[in-house]
Amino acid sequence: MHVSEPEVHMLLNDVLERYGYDFTGYAPASIHRRVNHLFQADRFPSFAEFRYRVMTDPEYAIRFVEEITVNVTEMFRDPHFYATLRQEVLPVLATYPLIRIWHAGCSTGEEVYSMAILLKEANLLHKSVIYATDINTSVLERGRKGIFPISQMQQYSRNYMEAGGLHDFSSYYTANYEYAKFRKDLGGKIIFSPHNLVTDGSFNEFQLIVCRNVLIYFNKTLQDKVLRLFCDSLEPLGFLALGSKETLNFTSVSTKFRQLDNREKIWRKNHL
Amino acid sequence: MENAPQLILIGGSAGGLQAILTLLPDLDPQLNAAVVIVLHRQSYYDSVLTELLSVKTRLQVKEAEEKEELLPGVIYIAPADYHLLIEGDHTFSLDYSEKVNYSRPSIDVTFSAAAWAWRSRMAAILLSGANNDGVEGLRDIHDAGGITLVQDPDTAEVDYMPRQAILAAPVHHVLPACEMAAFINNFAGTVAG
Repeated sequence: MHVSEPEVHMLLNDVLERYGYDFTGYAPASIHRRVNHLFQADRFPSFAEFRYRVMTDPEYAIRFVEEITVNVTEMFRDPHFYATLRQEVLPVLATYPLIRIWHAGCSTGEEVYSMAILLKEANLLHKSVIYATDINTSVLERGRKGIFPISQMQQYSRNYMEAGGLHDFSSYYTANYEYAKFRKDLGGKIIFSPHNLVTDGSFNEFQLIVCRNVLIYFNKTLQDKVLRLFCDSLEPLGFLALGSKETLNFTSVSTKFRQLDNREKIWRKNHL
Repeated sequence: MENAPQLILIGGSAGGLQAILTLLPDLDPQLNAAVVIVLHRQSYYDSVLTELLSVKTRLQVKEAEEKEELLPGVIYIAPADYHLLIEGDHTFSLDYSEKVNYSRPSIDVTFSAAAWAWRSRMAAILLSGANNDGVEGLRDIHDAGGITLVQDPDTAEVDYMPRQAILAAPVHHVLPACEMAAFINNFAGTVAG
């Protein structure tokens, strides 16, 4: 059995009206796939029962939102990107008395901790504040704890070295049987907080906004809207960092930014 | 929609590259189909793969980009470490969700998305490989009215994947790689014709 396109549409409208979560601007193919995946995983006998559960059980609605959004992330993903942050962006940020960074759509926070490690090694963490936001509160809770599966650490350590890491990666966490708990001083400058890119507005002005592999799930209209939000939330000469397959080209804000010379997916907002 | 391009999907894992290199040179340069290739591989071979395939065909070969419209006569390669989805408006979406069949890109994900989204004629081809990826996708393509084709296991470098497909999915044709270009040319026709 299968949830059809009109049924998915109906469900998204329900969720918007009942709970205020707006997925109508998401790229349809991914949503369709994930809704069907959830429908099958939770073994609903019919679409009607699926819909009824989402509408009447707020706890299940939270699961629904979590499952149809993608929460896959890793530390120091795309090491070249982090090497560029280290070499080109942090020296500029270092000139500010207080560094404000926004990780939008941070999921469980692996990239946020990667950033904290970079800042620590550049001796900037003490004067930084990192806002880490996501639509899902439960992934934020995991990020707040700074606890990640130990099975990933080998890969992360490799990424970290490739990104130009200066120390022994394992010095940043204490290993348990299954989990690695990251040092308290790394998490101390991170503020995890819910924020919905679709419906919530700007809440501060930043020198760096990181939003990687989030825009790929949005349609063109919503991408443009979110990019305008980022543009409005950046100081002049602030930086915007996107995922390795995302771009500002052909978007509503393309004229307001210039890409860094080395072609990594980092753009700098113009002065005026 | 009479001029809507046809869609040819090609999925391969271990040994799949060899089959693709075999079939590419004989594809018609006027092919009236968008060709989408999903190949399991290590990410650092990305740019090399595009170049490798480009020299084998007069059709344009490029990595599929987010929100890009699928056009006839272009061969698109799924980027490494993302799932490649196809939307109802004939554009690509990328997706960085969990691996499927230990794979990202997953052949199943692309085939199934195409089965759901594509309103014109399509054919899906599953090549050599050592896992199960693509079998479920072939079933979806078949159920959506598309043509399913599997590499003849006796000619595949690794026969597990094509054998699984023949066992578990409705397969219209079983062909060696050297006969696939003729099938594709015939299926899609040419832009001018």
